[in-house]
Amino acid sequence: MASIAVTTARPKRRAKRDWRGWGFVGPFMIVFLGVLVAPVVYAIVLTLFRQQLVGGSGFVGLSNYVTLFQDSKFWESLFRVTLFLLVQVPIMLVLSLVAALALDSLRLHGSGFFRIAIFLPYAVPGVVAALIWGFIYGNQFGLTGSLNKFIGFDLFQPFSSEWILASIGNIVTWEFMGYNMLIFYAALKVVPTELYEAAEIDGAGQFRIISGIKIPALRGSIVIATIFSIIGSFQLFNEPNLLKNLAPNVISSYFTPNMYAYNLSFAGQQFNYSATVAIVMGIITAVIAYIVQLRGSRQEVR
Amino acid sequence: MSAATSVPAGPTDAPVRRKPRRLNYVQSSTNPKKRQRKSIVLTIVMAVFVIYSIIPLLWLIINATKSQDDLFSSFGLWFGKDFNLFQNIYETLTYRDGIFVQWFGNTLMYVVVGAGGATLLATLAGYGMAKFNFPGRKAVFAVVLGAVAIPGTALAVPTFLMFSQLGLTNTPWAVILPSLISPFGLYLVWTYAVDAVPTEVLEAARMDGASEFRTFFTISLRLLMPGIVTVLLFAVVATWNNYFLPLIMLSEPTWYPLTVGLSQWSAQASGVAAQPIYNLVITGALLTIVPIVVAFLFLQRFWQSGLSAGSVKA
Repeated sequence: MASIAVTTARPKRRAKRDWRGWGFVGPFMIVFLGVLVAPVVYAIVLTLFRQQLVGGSGFVGLSNYVTLFQDSKFWESLFRVTLFLLVQVPIMLVLSLVAALALDSLRLHGSGFFRIAIFLPYAVPGVVAALIWGFIYGNQFGLTGSLNKFIGFDLFQPFSSEWILASIGNIVTWEFMGYNMLIFYAALKVVPTELYEAAEIDGAGQFRIISGIKIPALRGSIVIATIFSIIGSFQLFNEPNLLKNLAPNVISSYFTPNMYAYNLSFAGQQFNYSATVAIVMGIITAVIAYIVQLRGSRQEVR
Repeated sequence: MSAATSVPAGPTDAPVRRKPRRLNYVQSSTNPKKRQRKSIVLTIVMAVFVIYSIIPLLWLIINATKSQDDLFSSFGLWFGKDFNLFQNIYETLTYRDGIFVQWFGNTLMYVVVGAGGATLLATLAGYGMAKFNFPGRKAVFAVVLGAVAIPGTALAVPTFLMFSQLGLTNTPWAVILPSLISPFGLYLVWTYAVDAVPTEVLEAARMDGASEFRTFFTISLRLLMPGIVTVLLFAVVATWNNYFLPLIMLSEPTWYPLTVGLSQWSAQASGVAAQPIYNLVITGALLTIVPIVVAFLFLQRFWQSGLSAGSVKA
């Protein structure tokens, strides 16, 4: 009876029900549930258990989370990637922005060449980028040895504990600067020319146009680039994990949260605890990405 | 790295109206002379950017031509005594019964099946989202958008743990299955299909009695092609460069892709029981990036339009 009432109440919506779309969306969603949703659910379940010395794993509630929040290794790694992100992301995005504005100014000789040349590192796999820079940093047949000889003293020591974070930041900047540049450049191309013309008639100089029109037009892209750079920083793994071979005493097994989760699983067999690290990092990242997006769009409204 | 594939804020339900694209700055300008003036200073600044971007690649090319001895005895950015490139390539390809060739083949397989499958699924789903109003559509949108916010960190280890329960680790499926999902690809096809496939054309085909799938394969697919190529290209890059996932999933070197294999060689060259195979690591790295760089250079038109399609929405 209830169902009849519903049908009579909203006859139009019923008539429009059209399931054909599922024929197209269905396959994606099935795989999506299998390889994305299921692992997350499974991981959350794992975090509630712990491997006991005797008799398999037992339910421990939120105890793994409590342990994690008292784990100085975890905090140290989290602090490290936060420091990394606070320094590296602004530098990279400002460089990308300068390059994009230069491309957009149409005052360049051969801008097509610049665009493709600066973007090229993005096509290089992160592993290969880390390998190349690792060699370049090296004293044996890299460039820092030659550079230090040129200066006269050992200024650059990329693998020392003071320099290592900067060394990794340089690799990441090298990889993604051109990519972000293209994102900004594509957004700039969409701004209608009339805006610049009107501004010029009003007597605005180039810098006024940049700060008054171009930067505001880029706000959406900047928010997105920031979010993805934050996610990238929190996930940092490839570069430190490869440089670890070259600087084994400086890069610990818990250098970044991701390396910590990896080493807990594969060197320590602590799967439940490793899943806890992964889930907590996922939540932290999602929350920060959400806050950045919220702030970004709020300023847009103002 | 998944940070590489940009996913803009998410499509809205309304059709995307694009602002007029600035085709030619000079043409529409009131003062063309002033516009065209080139700036030497800016060009020099950009040249510095280019040098920074290119030097590591130059270093790689130059050092791939050196023998093991020359690597240690010659300046990093200039050639050594002997030109050893072909000897190095030969050694790379034949080292340990040609394991490098096998890794290359594995990478190709992961790319063809993984990136190809990801493109197919994303195309079908993006088209379905753009052109059909079905029950649960909003839920699909919300779930996919939510998944984008979950970083790979949270996923890789749990996926490994689940796959090992299912006995899938150390098989190609462990690498292929997770790379079949591309929320970015779905988003791109979705925004593209809204404009590219006119609803009137679909209505006409339905009137003629064509089934939805027939209409899709005979009419819509062709109209979607530029968007599909963009999605494919980015999926290819993502799978070609994939490192973390195969690293944790595979323990058998015969299934390694190039990235994992190379990193293992590198560890072997600089680890505790070091073997001097630096020239192989360097040449192998060069061989790994050549196909992908060539693909990027030749398909510029597509990825550049793909990136702008993404940013229009931002």
